Amino acid sequence: MNTALSWIKAYVPELSCEDQEYCDAMTLSGTKVEGFERLDKNLDKIVVGQIVSIEPHPDATKLVVCQVNVGSETIQIVTGAPNVQVGQKVPVVLDGGKVAGGHDGGPLPEEGITIKAGKLRGVPSYGMMCSIEELGSNREMYPEAPEEGIYVFEDDVEVGADAVELLGFRDTVFEYEITSNRVDCYSVLGIAREAAATFRKPFIPPVVKETGNGEDVNDYVSVEVKDTDLCTRYCARVCKNIKIGPSPKWMQRRLAASGIRPINNLVDITNYVMEEYGQPMHAFDLDLVAGHKIIVRRAMDGDEFQTLDGQMRKLDSEVLMICDAEKEIGIAGIMGGENSKITDEVKTVLFEAATFNGPNIRKSAKRVGLRTDASGKFEKGLDPRNAEAAINRACQLIEELGCGEVVSGMVDVKVPLAPLRRIAFEPERINSLLGTEVSAEEMLEIFAREDLEYDAEARELIIPSFRQDLVGFADIAEEIARFYGYDKIPTTLPSGEATAGKLSYKLRIEQKARDIAEYCGFSQGMCYSFESPKVFDKLLIPADDKLRQTVTISNPLGEDFSVMRTVSLNGMLTSLATNYNRRNKNVKLYELGNIYLPKAVPVTELPEERMQFTLGFYGDGDFFTLKGVVEEFFESVGMHKKVDYDPQAGKTFLHPGRQALIVYEGTVVGYLGEVHPEVLDNYDIGTRAYVAVIDMPAMIPYTTFDRKYTGIAKFPAVSRDISMVVPKSIMVGQIEKVIAQRGGKILESYSLFDIYEGSQIKEGYKSVAYSITFRAKDRTLEENDITAAMKKILNGLEQMGIELRQ
Amino acid sequence: MKEKLAKIREQALTQIKSCDTTEKLNEVRVSILGKKGELTSVLKSMKDVPAEERPQVGQWVNETRQEIEKVLEEARTAMEAAIREVRMKEEVIDVTLPAKKAEIGHRHPNTIALEEVERIFIGMGYEVVEGPEVETDYYNFEALNIPADHPAKDEQDTFYVNGDILLRTQTSGVQVHEMEKGKLPIRMIAPGRVFRADEVDATHSPSFHQIEGLVIDKHVTFADLKGTLAEFAKELFGEDTKVKFRPHHFPFTEPSAEMDVSCFKCGGKGCRFCKGSGWIEILGCGMVHPHVLEMSNIDPKEYTGFAFGVGLERIALLKYEIDDMRLLYENDARFLKQF
Repeated sequence: MNTALSWIKAYVPELSCEDQEYCDAMTLSGTKVEGFERLDKNLDKIVVGQIVSIEPHPDATKLVVCQVNVGSETIQIVTGAPNVQVGQKVPVVLDGGKVAGGHDGGPLPEEGITIKAGKLRGVPSYGMMCSIEELGSNREMYPEAPEEGIYVFEDDVEVGADAVELLGFRDTVFEYEITSNRVDCYSVLGIAREAAATFRKPFIPPVVKETGNGEDVNDYVSVEVKDTDLCTRYCARVCKNIKIGPSPKWMQRRLAASGIRPINNLVDITNYVMEEYGQPMHAFDLDLVAGHKIIVRRAMDGDEFQTLDGQMRKLDSEVLMICDAEKEIGIAGIMGGENSKITDEVKTVLFEAATFNGPNIRKSAKRVGLRTDASGKFEKGLDPRNAEAAINRACQLIEELGCGEVVSGMVDVKVPLAPLRRIAFEPERINSLLGTEVSAEEMLEIFAREDLEYDAEARELIIPSFRQDLVGFADIAEEIARFYGYDKIPTTLPSGEATAGKLSYKLRIEQKARDIAEYCGFSQGMCYSFESPKVFDKLLIPADDKLRQTVTISNPLGEDFSVMRTVSLNGMLTSLATNYNRRNKNVKLYELGNIYLPKAVPVTELPEERMQFTLGFYGDGDFFTLKGVVEEFFESVGMHKKVDYDPQAGKTFLHPGRQALIVYEGTVVGYLGEVHPEVLDNYDIGTRAYVAVIDMPAMIPYTTFDRKYTGIAKFPAVSRDISMVVPKSIMVGQIEKVIAQRGGKILESYSLFDIYEGSQIKEGYKSVAYSITFRAKDRTLEENDITAAMKKILNGLEQMGIELRQ
Repeated sequence: MKEKLAKIREQALTQIKSCDTTEKLNEVRVSILGKKGELTSVLKSMKDVPAEERPQVGQWVNETRQEIEKVLEEARTAMEAAIREVRMKEEVIDVTLPAKKAEIGHRHPNTIALEEVERIFIGMGYEVVEGPEVETDYYNFEALNIPADHPAKDEQDTFYVNGDILLRTQTSGVQVHEMEKGKLPIRMIAPGRVFRADEVDATHSPSFHQIEGLVIDKHVTFADLKGTLAEFAKELFGEDTKVKFRPHHFPFTEPSAEMDVSCFKCGGKGCRFCKGSGWIEILGCGMVHPHVLEMSNIDPKEYTGFAFGVGLERIALLKYEIDDMRLLYENDARFLKQF
């Protein structure tokens, strides 16, 4: 909301402070000032001058030489303006002065434009006559300005006077950010009341006196509200013998500073009152209202209606309409109809000031596709008492400005007004919530500044109807806090009983995952949770796969962000592709993020969110690099048992011969593999890439941060190497299983030290060599211990069709 | 005999002097002190010495042996030192050659910022907890004093799955989950992902992160809120950081505030980071609304509390001077490497 400070001062006449001081103080008391701008910041040495004579320029047909009386002297000014005439009073910037912009009305330069005496085509010129654009505004806001050329004052202004002041530029426009609870502050009066309370100055609102010609408004119009749930109050007044003309300059200036174009006296009055009181009003041409009857009711589904901007609007049965005896004439709270629009020929005007249901107006405006200044105010939920105040203010202005004749009385259809709210005054509780020691007297003084009455007997505050935000104790406490000053409230730390600060167990495991991934060279990426359903095709996921059952967003930003991911790979592969495309070498990434698995489709309850630890890379390394990271991670979270890898992983997006489920103690805790070449193509990754996904909820039950020292072996170890010729189909994992099962208690460890396929080995076989280490805790092993254990192992291996090499 | 020993000694010393390798020294040792060495043979011939002279001769032999051994040892030590000197001279390296690094990975700037925040609050006794990202309307709105038809629902541009299930627009719902557990007092922070229907650009993302904070106890005051967050700001942005609390409105807190910190780039003088104002808006906070407490079965007359919400990306972008939010989700290795 933008408002000129001069308008605020009209109701807080004693207010006097610098712009910055006003900005800071208002912000600290809760009316946030987003910014402010002095309208005269680049206007300097500009006075009213009167053109004394006009002579042609000797060397230029388009220029003229004027003698201009600027009060203190008469100066010569050369101008090309087409509209100059002898006797005109015009704004003149003197030598060394400044104007805000060029005559073309383009963007205003930051520092303005300095005007210096000089020669134009050889003739000296000692200043410049200004157009409204040069003064930083335009004809929209100053409709009296000529279409082209110099701004011309009315005849009664004094020569030599401050032209900037006369044009209303000695002012500052403040932009406020009003919070949604303070409906009353979407008005000049509301802000003025806050300013008065902030600066401890008297607040003097306009005095609205009774208006009317003695006739009865009920003879002119009747009102029926059918849908009282959507319209709690409808006030109507009538003005006749309307004389359309321009509104006075002071009104135009205030509207212009608020960013509202002055149109004519009638429109300007309704806009002025909307700004001043925060209550939108509508004016109908009463002669176009059939039956001189207003009916407020819901529209019918499928109705169409032409608003006064000429657009056809589709209606439905939740849109509230203003109708006459025959037809719809306006969309309530949003915009009037073309069919009852005020024209310059209007004779009798029907003013409407109503209170509509805020949420309904908000939703209707959305559905109808038309958000107006009025609907923006109505949707916040207005004070029904304010409607009456505003319509009477408008009628007063009609009378005062000679715009027409006000018919006495007001048609007022309303649901009974709720009594004013009362809230208990509990000063001790307020202090104990705020941590302050503000006296009850000081609190009451603050409430008085805000126009909150105090019933001393009941120890209750009486809340005025415009303060709809004050509902309970905490709201009252906030009033004290903000006017006492947030900055004056002490700073302490909670006392209370001590609590242990910690990460949840799950978060500790995740922290470990990050540490290990990073030690292993992987950097952390972050990916979106929602993606395109096309991802499933890119990952070659079959049409009937459960992974395609998704939590789907009903109002997504677009298809690309429309389903919650059920696999974490798309984000990883997209990130790898971005890096590949940018020619980054050896990229290793990891991500910790959820997948979202619906319990049923369509979704009726919250989905299962499963944290996935996803690793991916291309460049140096292979399948076993990832396997290493997985096992390092498991070790680091106390998972010391042997990890199994099941090649029958069944992942369509992975290379069929290079994928495995990660199995720990019989539970599948993840998978890893090389990305399927077709998937690589789909992501435009031109090199092999590898991924691993750990399903954190599956593995966390096996994790522990407990550690136990088992002693360092005292007795010597003995190693034996075995070399085998193994059918290719046998995986070393199977060999290891035999070694582990048959090695007995004295088996300490085993390690693969050679694997070879090639010319020296017969077709269909590979050569595999292991080093096996034995050790006993309690004695030095003897030869026969080892021989026995080895024999068992070798027997087992032979049973698998493995040949031992000598 | 004495002369013989003197001769052996003389001879030995001459031989040692002429040695230029440790091998030759060893040969000298063997030829004199070895099993068949000259001195050893003297010892062997002791049986021919008359008994009464034997102690005297024995002493001479030992003295000679000790002296030769000493000289041998000295010569060896000196020779080894010389050899080491030569070797080290040959082994000079160019210390400016490139380092051999174990290429460790990098944490995401969001996580670095988050861990900073977690560290600060864990130190103050807060537990780090989480809540669901896909939420019900009740936890995201209603239980936070945002009933149906409340304009705040529109303001937050919510993604809906259906009428009741949505992607959470704020981490504040975790407050409600914690309060419902019924365990008091509460000191928690809840970091997490939130979603709002904002198109992707340099300053917006439809998915970003918040950190929610909640303290509920007897006698918690607005002054405690100010003190806690001032402490937090100092820890996060530096000891000289000043804070400013401005009144604001949130449906679930009352009184509510926004907290600005003095610009940590310019110290408050005004620069491009603070848009010339000297202050940077950091978080929203307030005293938990009594109605919110009531809805979670906490008696607002007995317990009070405060809550706050910080945008993680906002902190990361400011602290690390990242000028485009899109960088956070592109995962370009050249970006991530800088953290």
